[in-house]
Amino acid sequence: MTQTEKTSRPGFRVIGSSPLRQDGVEKVTGRARFGADIHLPGLLIGAVLRSPHAHARILAIDTSAAAAYPGVKAVVTALDLPELESKIADIGEASINQRYQSNNILARDKVLYFGHAVAAVAAVNGHVAEAAAALIKVDYEVLPPVLDVRAAMAPDAPILLEELRTAELGDHGTGPTNVAAHLLLETGDIARGFEAAAVVVERAFTTAMVHQGYIEPHAATAQVEADGQVTIWCSTQGTFGVREQVASILRLPLSRIRVVPLEIGGGFGGKNNVYLEPLAVLLSRKSGFRPVKLTMSRKDVLAATGPTSGSVITVKLGADAAGKLTAAQATLIYEAGAYPGSPVGSAMDVIFTPYRIPHVRIDGYDVVVNKPHTAAYRAPGGTNAAFAAESVVDELSERLGLDPIAFRLLNGVHEGNRKVDGVAFERIGLLETLEAAQSTAHYRAAAPGRHRGRGVAAGFWGNYGGKSSASASVNADGTISLIEGSVDIGGSRTSIAMQLAETLELPIETVRTTIADTDSIGETEGTYGSRTTFATGWAAYEVGQKLKVGLKERAAHLWGVTAADVDYADGVFRSGAEHMTFAGLAAQMDGTGGPVVASASVQPSSWGPGFAVHIVDVEVDPETGKVDILRYTALQDAGKAVYPDYVAGQMQGGAAQGIGWALHEEFIYDGQGRLLNANWLDYRMPVSLDLPFIETVIVEVPSPSHPYGVRGVGEVPIVPPAAAVANAIYRAIGVRLTELPMSPGRIVAALRAQDR
Amino acid sequence: MASVWIPALLRSLTGGQATVSATGTSVLALIDDLDTRYPGLRARLVDGDRLRPGLAVVVDGKTGRLRLREPVAEASEVHFVATISGG
Repeated sequence: MTQTEKTSRPGFRVIGSSPLRQDGVEKVTGRARFGADIHLPGLLIGAVLRSPHAHARILAIDTSAAAAYPGVKAVVTALDLPELESKIADIGEASINQRYQSNNILARDKVLYFGHAVAAVAAVNGHVAEAAAALIKVDYEVLPPVLDVRAAMAPDAPILLEELRTAELGDHGTGPTNVAAHLLLETGDIARGFEAAAVVVERAFTTAMVHQGYIEPHAATAQVEADGQVTIWCSTQGTFGVREQVASILRLPLSRIRVVPLEIGGGFGGKNNVYLEPLAVLLSRKSGFRPVKLTMSRKDVLAATGPTSGSVITVKLGADAAGKLTAAQATLIYEAGAYPGSPVGSAMDVIFTPYRIPHVRIDGYDVVVNKPHTAAYRAPGGTNAAFAAESVVDELSERLGLDPIAFRLLNGVHEGNRKVDGVAFERIGLLETLEAAQSTAHYRAAAPGRHRGRGVAAGFWGNYGGKSSASASVNADGTISLIEGSVDIGGSRTSIAMQLAETLELPIETVRTTIADTDSIGETEGTYGSRTTFATGWAAYEVGQKLKVGLKERAAHLWGVTAADVDYADGVFRSGAEHMTFAGLAAQMDGTGGPVVASASVQPSSWGPGFAVHIVDVEVDPETGKVDILRYTALQDAGKAVYPDYVAGQMQGGAAQGIGWALHEEFIYDGQGRLLNANWLDYRMPVSLDLPFIETVIVEVPSPSHPYGVRGVGEVPIVPPAAAVANAIYRAIGVRLTELPMSPGRIVAALRAQDR
Repeated sequence: MASVWIPALLRSLTGGQATVSATGTSVLALIDDLDTRYPGLRARLVDGDRLRPGLAVVVDGKTGRLRLREPVAEASEVHFVATISGG
């Protein structure tokens, strides 16, 4: 069940309810259009040739046989892409080396991972395209691959990118390396902090590369017109991000590209980057301006699209005899994949942030390896970091003889405390969430029994604001047409409409939402960073305020008063003895100036961070190492839950993904860097039979950074699960697992090692 | 004077000081002021005429959308932090 602990103000009429979702009927009837559902006259189908090697130099590519194959209309290689200089470009909040981004679309000089795209073909159908792609001859000089960050950091490691130098905030190393960046956060005096500790725990952890695992594979269709105008339909988390990336890669003006949003079958961060879109544009242009569609197979998705980093993390924590943390130190080494850009920076932001610790040092390393270039995955880097830190927190609390939640309450952050980077928190809800966890029936229930254990972990995610736009027009019957730019992943078109309805004090059924293409709404960043209900909802709130101003002017015009004399409450405009309902006034727009429309864009400068606490009971079979999840409760500060069922769904989804990461999921490569489990039989994700119903408790500590107190909710629920499960396994069998996934084989091996 | 929190990787330039005071009405003015006392700081924080990619500036707890041009008050706190947008 979902339980809501309300500390926020009452009085909302729409926010806090769970109305019918606006995308519900289309999705349950199968009528919703997804990325692969685009069918245009003269449509060509594309195929991509991918590298069979993890690391190789491209000596030559011969496309002549493919180009001559009957039915083939276009063949492209990296030579068809503009050659971009190695330069960091800001795309949204992300900093991307544009040359690397281009080389990830089509390899130019080297292939850097198994599945790296080398060439693409457009043909009259998919069979012809596949057959022609297989005729492309690529002459490779195969090089030794580097698949592990420790090996990649060795002095004699094969180098992936000859020009790469270690960046250290504006400085660069002098020699070739696979270490793209060293980052550092530090406060206080770490040596002094550990001297003050009565108990110190230090452990090393490793985690495997895992995939976001969205159900819908990538798909993109492009139509280039003879005048160069480009239209793209694709499966993406952000249409404007696609526009910006395609413009950067193909050197096109932004105004020449229109990206049309479609429904999306999951993204979790993995559909912010482009893969197929530039290829579809190139092929459309080269095939005489015919539309071209490309779709990925599951194997393509797993082998060649953004997984998240495997990592090696060491954590050392010290506390005094009373249980107060005195010092924390961590080194995080994250796989970036083929090109720089792992989420090690955000992992550093996550790792110790739930706690007040006077002396902290965190080193982070971004390391390239011969695996696919990593992409964001739901609280990027956070799950790995929390697995390490929260395991050590658990061990430290045990050594001190303290209840794990009591230990966290003793050390937890609250308003006014500073993060390691020095920035002070506004109002946050970690302590309230911990107290709610202590009070749950789950935590108060008796210990679960033999070979069973209960684990707890906390998690932080900073969330994000970003740019969002919305516009709305009042219709003559009093309904509202809302247009916004956020791709709807978690039902956000409804949660955004609810904030407009709340502002206008009207029923949610009054507002209908359309998600617009990039030519039809102001720039709106993608659905990532737990930002959409927060920021696009804020834009809708601003639109609502403007509509009220516009309608008050109409009422004033009708009644011969000034707008300042008109009040609006409960859906009724009033001035003296005059009054008129919202719908009544809407019917009077014709004759008083025509339609009332408003638009707004926002770019918040702060946003409420999120905290989560998870409790899990497991049972471990000591013979087989199999772990069963017996009971799971997720708690989270949502600020104000706009649509509580959606919030609970995010919490359950994050927990489910985190459990998969904890127990099953990993990319398995052979020694040559070939991915061996590029399908969903061998890449084991949890299914409904693996999980109990995940109970949720929504805590509401309003964010001061949003008109309705909203905090982002989508990411933080994936931060604690791996640590919570590891801590539960320890309580069940007395062994601390330090490697993800905690698969049956690893558990049996750990038990055997303990017996020895 | 405003308080500027120096990123850990740049504290070798400030003799190990984590927080320093600076004068100026914008983030860039603060950096220029600091560069006179701690030479090299500007080159590490500023790339050409913009804040170095991957960095955000936080003034009094709010992300400075104007970056180097962000106004700074006499008692402001200024932090340079990594940009993080999420998944």
